Amino acid sequence: MAAGPMKMRASLGTGFTDVRVLMTHPMETGLRKDADGKIVPQHFIQNLTVKVNGKTVIDAEISQAVSRNPVFSFRLKGGAKGDKIEVSWLDNHGESAAIETAVT
Amino acid sequence: MKALAFGAALAVSCVALGQDVSKEIQRYRQMVAEGSPAELFELQGEELWKKPHGPKNVSLERCDLGEGPGVLKGAYAHLPRYFKDADRVMDLETRLLYCMTTLQGRSREEATARVFGSADRASEFELLSAYVAGQSRGVAIQPRMSHPQEKASYELGRTLFFHRVGPWDFSCASCHGEEGKRIRMQDLPVLYKPQYARPVMATWPAYRVSTSQFVTLQWRMNDCYRQMRTPEPTFGSETTVALIHFLTVTARGETYQGPGSKR
Repeated sequence: MAAGPMKMRASLGTGFTDVRVLMTHPMETGLRKDADGKIVPQHFIQNLTVKVNGKTVIDAEISQAVSRNPVFSFRLKGGAKGDKIEVSWLDNHGESAAIETAVT
Repeated sequence: MKALAFGAALAVSCVALGQDVSKEIQRYRQMVAEGSPAELFELQGEELWKKPHGPKNVSLERCDLGEGPGVLKGAYAHLPRYFKDADRVMDLETRLLYCMTTLQGRSREEATARVFGSADRASEFELLSAYVAGQSRGVAIQPRMSHPQEKASYELGRTLFFHRVGPWDFSCASCHGEEGKRIRMQDLPVLYKPQYARPVMATWPAYRVSTSQFVTLQWRMNDCYRQMRTPEPTFGSETTVALIHFLTVTARGETYQGPGSKR
């Protein structure tokens, strides 16, 4: 399955930047059965990377415990208008997607 | 006397507990609304809207949703309405189907083969509804009520809302006609009253967290009738459109907030 869209917002506060990112992913746990009673194989995001102006600030390992179509939000220290935020994920099938946006 | 006092204390603590739970649910809904995956469906809907399809291999970009061909801004907030070309009142999904059959040259059978999707694959109507509805964010809900057919559609919807049908003798009002009712933890809005219809209609269609699906108003009507155990209503039928028209008119004046999220 081709990776679906992602969406991100990064807004500047006083001394911090709030980032919220939405991603399309089935996040299959490997425990669910389909209509034919067969196990739906595990398919979930394993790594989530956040870069600010090219420098990695978050390198997260997440599991199948996270819901389908996950949303992540986090607060970064500092930041300035126009800073480039990049978020990318890599799943257990080796598929990946990325998005970048400028802080507003 | 002592027993009575104890009873009263118990009643008070139950009420407090109920308020806590409903406050927590409120907080949960707030969090879900802030990061609603509905936006992901809007993006996919936009792509689909612009993609050539059908025997004529054209996109839906010239589809007239009532504000002129291709005009999306505010179009959803002014539906349902009467369309002269089709000579009937249409809601968003019915109009989308009309554009698929006329502009794209598709058959009704083919276009409606899969009107409601799944978590793995949303339907065309779900994706397109997400995109089109998103273009009315911030616009006041003002469905048309001037043409005689529009008035008739509203009246039919109102009648259907209170009309008891099916083996269980249910009407929409059986669940949505009295204050203070709920199913499990879900409060049931009294949908013929504007103060209840307004916040509801301002956030449909919506992403449903419990099923990871984007759901539309045609789906909602279909599923309510399923729960009432009636025969399945036809997609885009006079019945479902009239009910949507009635609910939308009841909510008029409210600012449309864009595709929302449901439990």
